[in-house]
Amino acid sequence: MTFEPGDRVRVRPVEKPGHVRTPGYLKGKPGWVESVIGEYPNPEELAYGFSGLPERPLYKIGFRQTDLWEDYGGPSDDYLYADIYEHWLEPEGEPT
Amino acid sequence: MSDHHPHEEAGTTSPYAARIRAIEALLTEKGVLTEPEVQDRISYMESRSPANGARLVARAWVNPDFKERLLSDGKAAASELGIDPTHPAEFVVVENTPEVHNLIVCTLCSCYPRAILGRPPDWYKSFNYRSRAVREPRAVMREFGFEPPSGVEVRVHDSTADVRYMVLPMRPEGTEDLGEEELAELVTRDSLVGVSVPRYAVS
Repeated sequence: MTFEPGDRVRVRPVEKPGHVRTPGYLKGKPGWVESVIGEYPNPEELAYGFSGLPERPLYKIGFRQTDLWEDYGGPSDDYLYADIYEHWLEPEGEPT
Repeated sequence: MSDHHPHEEAGTTSPYAARIRAIEALLTEKGVLTEPEVQDRISYMESRSPANGARLVARAWVNPDFKERLLSDGKAAASELGIDPTHPAEFVVVENTPEVHNLIVCTLCSCYPRAILGRPPDWYKSFNYRSRAVREPRAVMREFGFEPPSGVEVRVHDSTADVRYMVLPMRPEGTEDLGEEELAELVTRDSLVGVSVPRYAVS
């Protein structure tokens, strides 16, 4: 488990074809670790008939809506949460 | 095998239905699945409904200890009410408060707590809802006839992985004298997704 609740992270801006569970609109966006959900087989491998092992840590990541959408129409304290696997996260500020 | 598909609606001719029928026929022919197994699965799905969610919510409204358990371990709380939550995914309940309103979406596909609530509504699976719920959640809720008061923080949960989410709405005002079953009747499917809230008109 690399990250802890409260850690600032960024979603890796990686293009990966096929079945991924990281939505495009979050790639490259900054957020924080809201909680650690657990460890699960990697869905990117399960989808193709592999075991998905070893299990990957899954985090609930929080984002400010105003960090996701330049023209967000609501208040600045609206939030979005998504469940992101560890291999899609990097510490915020780390060169990509 | 028989041409008769009892679970298929008459006149279903879409290419998707035809493809599913072909796959089902092949799997049956090869002995991977049997017709009774397919029927059992359909019966299972049809036995799940938003009424399960309404029971969980109503119990949480009248019983603070149960509410705590529902928020900390959704599957265990469901089992307590005789709702079988067996499903590979986690089941997490998020609570609306006077300060926070929650909205659930799955932008990637149509993840939904099916083990508890059954099949999601068609709009939940639409491209329109999936793309707009994350980008303009307040506008989407307005279209469902609900507007969170100003000062209320909107939290959108995108079910991207192994967790299925349900909203625990707030108990409407004026319902102090209602029993648990009457309360459950106020809890709509849409309020469990968060696009609206339970309403109670004092008569």
